[in-house]
This record gives sequence, structure tokens and C-alpha cells, in this order.
Amino acid sequence: MTPVVEVEHLEKRYGSFVAVEDVSFTVDAGEIFGILGPNGSGKTTTVECLQGLRRADGGRLSVLGHDPRREAERLRRRIGSQLQESALPERLKVSEALSFFSSLSPSGTDWETVMEQWGLAEKRSATFASLSGGQQQRLFVALALVNEPELVFLDEMTTGLDPASRRVAWDLIRRIRDGGATVILVTHFMDEAENLCDRIAVIDDKRVVAVDTPTGLIDTYAPDAVVAFSTDETDLTFLERLDEVDAVERSGRHVSVTGSGALLAMVAAELVGHGLAPTDLRVERADLEDVFLQLTTREQ
Amino acid sequence: MGTLARLSWLELKLFLREPLTVVFSLALPLIILFVLGGVFGNEPSRPGEQLVYRGVGAMDYYVPAYLSLVVASVCVMSIPTHLAGNRERGVLKRFHASSVGALAVAGAEVVVAFVLSTVSAVLLLVAAALVYDFDRPDSVLGVIGGFVFVTVGFAAFGILLGSVLPTARAAQAVGMVIWFVMLFLGGAGPPPEVLTGAMQTMLDLTPLWHAVKVMQDVWLGLDPGLSWLVFAGIAVVSATLGVYFFRWE
Repeated sequence: MTPVVEVEHLEKRYGSFVAVEDVSFTVDAGEIFGILGPNGSGKTTTVECLQGLRRADGGRLSVLGHDPRREAERLRRRIGSQLQESALPERLKVSEALSFFSSLSPSGTDWETVMEQWGLAEKRSATFASLSGGQQQRLFVALALVNEPELVFLDEMTTGLDPASRRVAWDLIRRIRDGGATVILVTHFMDEAENLCDRIAVIDDKRVVAVDTPTGLIDTYAPDAVVAFSTDETDLTFLERLDEVDAVERSGRHVSVTGSGALLAMVAAELVGHGLAPTDLRVERADLEDVFLQLTTREQ
Repeated sequence: MGTLARLSWLELKLFLREPLTVVFSLALPLIILFVLGGVFGNEPSRPGEQLVYRGVGAMDYYVPAYLSLVVASVCVMSIPTHLAGNRERGVLKRFHASSVGALAVAGAEVVVAFVLSTVSAVLLLVAAALVYDFDRPDSVLGVIGGFVFVTVGFAAFGILLGSVLPTARAAQAVGMVIWFVMLFLGGAGPPPEVLTGAMQTMLDLTPLWHAVKVMQDVWLGLDPGLSWLVFAGIAVVSATLGVYFFRWE
């Protein structure tokens, strides 16, 4: 299968300022692909080059088979974009915005359905300026979808949403993908990337430092797990002899065992073998946040 | 309907939702009409007196001049502020990402400018006709043609200002300054004959003076000199520079 997006050694400068130095990745059809990175790392510039909104200075780009530098116009009709910094005229009504943007696509799409899906139906006559931050954000996502795009760019789309709306937005993003579109999601929320994305490119300091599935990233960059339990048993040296275990720490009754691999299974088997069966045995795995910190703060 | 038509319609609706701007655009020329009409009456200068108003009555002079003035107020004050504001706030970027072309954006400004100028001009003519006695136009078709010419040219000038100026505030300030300079030194305020020295030079430099002479040519048959050509030049240069400086963000 041909990838939907191919980026090789993307480079973007503004005068002497380098915004993106070396970014490469591919996105397959039907994926939710995350771009994760600290502020100013070049995430937004990267996707704006892919959307044909900015002109890449170097590298090879292919988006839905188009080169965004030469065929931006044709490309933009096939993609949907929710931009990080944009606005609508203050007195434009929700229904007017949706119907106008929908009319731009030759097929003339069903914007009323999109409006309902994104919970904007009761706000249809409200002006843009009167919407809350979350409602404006949902309107922008809805606008990105009214042309029935094959590829959707969502740049920090849940910024400004409350936790409940974020969960709703996640479901809707999965629905976009289930509808057959590919999604590129720029975010700085770890839980969002971990929950939603099939694969993630981590960008740091204008370069891609890792591309993998969320689990793959955790296995590679933060393989340590911590198994915790409580016990009155004082001699736990039998645990330290396990290959999987790096360290055993205790504070009062509380024990944390750090290690990697099949840590939980081995620790549990060993405890049971010694006649111990703590009821609060649990594993605390590293999450994407640990990966992120590991990958993006190494030089600091 | 094409994108241009839809965007123009949207922009017109948006404009009407700004009551202050509507009142300001429509009322300002009327206020100026009645103030200057009240001050100067409509008697042509007599032989032996200093020649003012190019030899015609004040109102005969002002009515066609004001047609250019209303176009100027829409194009120099409204368009640049609107365009720069839309760029500053990210509206243009939003349009760009959804394949709204630059020509549609600029075209919609021209259409809106034309509709507003026309409404404003009709209002002005009706008000003037009710109160003052002034010469009827030599050729109505000529007046319409001249008006379209002046509107398109000034709209190009307004789009250039909106493209060059970075923010709505800057555009509003610069637009105001240009408009007031044109009002006083562009032939639509004090009669051009009383302007001396540097003011006379300014007169020839303001786009409004040439637009005024175009309208007075089609309305009164007064000699336009090179004004058609000069104004067309201003329009072409503005449009060219406008295209060059146009930015989505």
C-alpha cells in the first residue's frame, strides 16, 4: 500500500532561523498518526509545509500523491485542516461558516450532519465571537471535515477543551478514521497521543527523534516497570536474585520493585512460591510522558 | 454561485451586522454635504472675482466630487481595516487552508466596496436633490461608467493598503489620515483654487483629486486633463503592488 504521506528530510528556514531541520516519516492510509514535541520544536511548521501553507526549503514531500510545493491548490481540496492559529469573522454565524466552507468543495457536502456530530446544532445561529473556546475549537474541526477530506490535519485540536469535551473529541477523531480518512494529529498532550494514535513521531529541536507505536516507544525508551505491593515479610532478597529485577526498595510495609521484561509475572510467581500473596500487587508501567521526557530533555 | 459570489454575499451580510460602521460610512458624506452646502451655497463666481469651483456653482461642483468622496471613504477606511484585520486574526489563513483564492478575497472586497459606495452615493444624491438645486448630469450612462471606474480604482488602492499594513489598527489609522488629507487637499473639501504652494502639489498627488475630475468630467463636462489616465495608472500600480504584497498571514 502506498503511504498517504511521505516526508524525507524536510527542511524549513526563515532567513537564518531554522524552523525545521530534518524531519522524515511516512503515514499509512487509515492511521491516526501523532506528531508530538515540545513547544517550538517545529511540529506546526512541519504540518503547514505538508498542507501547502508554507513552502518547504528542502527535502522530498508527497501528500496523497501531490507535491505540496507544486500542487498546493489541488491538494488542499482533498485535505481538511484545523489550524492552530486561525479565526473567523466575529459576526459570522456557525451555520454560515459551515455552509460556506462546505460550498467550496465541488461535491457540496452535508454540513448539517457534521454540525450535529460536533454538537454545534444548537449554536447554529450563534456568531463566532459568542462561542466559547471549546465551541470555537469544535467548529474549526467541523470546518476541517465539511469537504469530506481523505486526510485530516488536526493541530492542537483539544487545547481549550475541558476534560469531558476532550474525551468526546477523541471519540469523534476515531470516528473520522473509521469513516475512512487518515488523521495527522499534532499534540502536546501525552494521554491524547497514547490513547488515540496508532503511531507517533516525536520531534525535538526541529528533528524527528523517534517514530513508533506508543507501546513500541515505551518499550524502547522507558522499558522500566515498577511492581508495588505491601507485606510484613522482612527478607525479600529472593526477589533481588531475579534477572528481571534491578532494584527493590521498601518504606515501611510498602515495597517497590523496579525492573524490566516480564517483571510482574516473575515477581508474582516468586512471592507465591514463598507463601506471600499480597492483595494490592500491581504494576506501574512507564507511560508516554516518561518516553517524552527521556527523548526531549537529554541535552538539558 | 462561485466562491467570489458567495464570499461577497457573506462579506456584505457581515458588514451589515456592524451597525456603527454602516452608520458612519453612510452618514459621514451626508454631514459633509450639508455642512459645506450650508456654508458655500451654489452661486458660481462672478467675473472679476477669484475663480473658485472651476467656474461652476458650489453644489454643481460638490455633488459629483462627493460621489468620488463616498467611494474613497469606503475604499480607504473600510477595506484596509477589514483586510488587515482578517489577516491579523487568522481569518485569511483559514480561507487559504480551505482553497479560497486570493482573487476571491480581493474580488469580494471590490464587490462590497461597489455595493456600499453605490448605496452611499444614491443616498447622497437623493439628499442633495431634496435640498439643493444643482446641475443634472450630462450623461447618466457616463456617470455610471465613471463611478464604476473610480470604484474599481479606489478598491485596488484600498486592497494595497490592506495588504501592506500589518494590523487593523495600523490600517485604520493610516486610512483615516489618508482620507482626511484627501478630504482637505483632494478637491472635495475647500475648492482647489484656494489651495496654494505645497497644498497645490498635494492636490495633484492625491488620488481623490483625479477621481473628482473624472466624475466632474462625466457630470459637468469639465476638462479632466490627464486625470482618467492618472487615475487608471494609480489603479494599475495599486493592483500590481497589492498582488505583490498580499499575504495570507
